[in-house]
Amino acid sequence: MTIRTEMIAQRPAPDQTIGALAWLRANLFSGPVNSVFTLLGLYLLYLLVAPTVQWAIIDADWVGTSRDDCSREGACWVFVKMRFTQFIYGLYPREELWRVNIVFASFAVLVAWLAIPRLPFKRWVAVVTLLPFPVCAFFVLYGGVLGLPLVETHQWGGLMLTLILAVVGMVAALPIGILLALGRRSQMPIVKSFCVVFIEFWRGVPLITVLFMASVMLPLFLPSGFGVDRLVRALIGITLFQSAYMAEVIRGGLQAIPKGQEEAAAALGMNYWMRMGLIVLPQALKMMIPGIVNTFISLFKDTTLVMIIGLFDLLGIVQAALSDSRWLGFSLEGYVFAGMMFWIFCFSMSRYSQYLERKLNTGHKN
Amino acid sequence: MSEQAASTPRADSDGLMVEMRGVNKWYGDFHVLRDIDLEVKRGERIVICGPSGSGKSTLIRCINHLEEHQEGEIVVGGVPLTQDVKRIEQIRRSVGMVFQHFNLFPHLSVLENCCLAPMWVQKKPRREAEALAMQYLERVRIAEQALKYPGQLSGGQQQRVAIARSLCMHPDVMLFDEPTSALDPEMIKEVLDVMVELAHEGMTMLCVTHEMGFAKTVADRVIFMDQGQIIEENAPEPFFNDPQSERTQLFLSQILGH
Repeated sequence: MTIRTEMIAQRPAPDQTIGALAWLRANLFSGPVNSVFTLLGLYLLYLLVAPTVQWAIIDADWVGTSRDDCSREGACWVFVKMRFTQFIYGLYPREELWRVNIVFASFAVLVAWLAIPRLPFKRWVAVVTLLPFPVCAFFVLYGGVLGLPLVETHQWGGLMLTLILAVVGMVAALPIGILLALGRRSQMPIVKSFCVVFIEFWRGVPLITVLFMASVMLPLFLPSGFGVDRLVRALIGITLFQSAYMAEVIRGGLQAIPKGQEEAAAALGMNYWMRMGLIVLPQALKMMIPGIVNTFISLFKDTTLVMIIGLFDLLGIVQAALSDSRWLGFSLEGYVFAGMMFWIFCFSMSRYSQYLERKLNTGHKN
Repeated sequence: MSEQAASTPRADSDGLMVEMRGVNKWYGDFHVLRDIDLEVKRGERIVICGPSGSGKSTLIRCINHLEEHQEGEIVVGGVPLTQDVKRIEQIRRSVGMVFQHFNLFPHLSVLENCCLAPMWVQKKPRREAEALAMQYLERVRIAEQALKYPGQLSGGQQQRVAIARSLCMHPDVMLFDEPTSALDPEMIKEVLDVMVELAHEGMTMLCVTHEMGFAKTVADRVIFMDQGQIIEENAPEPFFNDPQSERTQLFLSQILGH
């Protein structure tokens, strides 16, 4: 028999188990074999990183205006610098660039407002972002009203076009995807079969095919003279394609919500749209943030495919610049720049989604 | 029946809150409810017990149409239950339900769980809904947890919140589907206490439960079900002391026998 009369007081953990040195010892040098692998790994890392830094920074040319200024071994960033405006704005008239800047600056402000938790009036900002903003943005960019000169969409390009395609695609694909996912689970046979056919059709076709069809075949079916803008056609194609993917991601989330949640909402007298909008979807979407952002990221990168229907997105315009006879031979610099730009945007989305997951985590599943 | 009368289900002239006549239900080929006849008067407290799979949960889930019956008639507060979605929602507004696994909404705080239906279904202003919710949360003695999320509460606390959430809709009938079966023993009492208080206040209740102590204390009638049918129905005292059917005797000896 044991009886404890005095409780044991709490004491600090031994020194060897906390701190940077302890971490190194536990994770990198926990034994002779692991120590060898750690050193080997560091050496391989050095082999990889050193030449990259050498090429991209130390030996690179930064100043100048023509290819003659690129005399050193490393990267010729002069090329990117001279073409920078074109990479960002495409063939948009130089004197009208302020219009693009205004649109993107105001978009950045709106998105930041929505993304930063402390700021008030979220609901109104969201409404402005989704309804009046896209319309105003279109007219500012396209012009033809209020004395703004017309800028046809074939002059739009570069990062600007990439962002337009991606943002419109994301904003439109999410609600359509939600409706398709709900429809696919519907008990109404017509709604259900429509959604299944729609999703399976668009998922089964490569995006390139969709874009080709949008640019080549669609005009054949439309009456002559009834031209739909090429950019609009690409946008519709991308949106429909992505909404099918989105629908399946969201359906996965819907299936993970216990049936009892909908039953409890039903027992309180809520109708279908309340049950979905207030109870099931908020939980499902929260759970599916990684999947949704994954789809967004792949959409963002897929926008480069519009190149094949003659729209010059960021990658397209970089590639076009590479064939300029004055700047031949700098394709590596061009592709590295395009890759970095894409990476920055995709990585930001990824980080924000992780932040969002932590913030929305009310913990503890039911 | 006019829409006006249908929108506010109350006991009809006989004082009947729930009537089931010749109700039959099948899951595929499985005949889960067989010729159920049941009348519940306003203010009556009924306990339904029976072995698992006997159809007792299915029976009360038919009353607010969480399960669909194929034959027979169900009338709740004078309103016949039909396939009509609006009619079903009307009936659900006057029938509260408490589930075995609580089914609180994990993404909403305790207070929001209680306010949601009054605000969206009954279109009450937020302020009024919150005052109402706090009033009921106090009644189930959990008002101090109002801003927490369900995942931060114990099972017993969650179930009391679930009861408060139902009460916020001012139901005429409360259905309890094994409300204490998922709870640790030390938490069962706090939930039963709330249910006993509710019973003493005159709430019409149908409880599926194995808590025989609760049945003895508050029930007006105890119903024993087996194989989808009502085997025995009696006041608690004769039901427990002098069960008539062999099945009831066997069941009672099994659950009270240790």
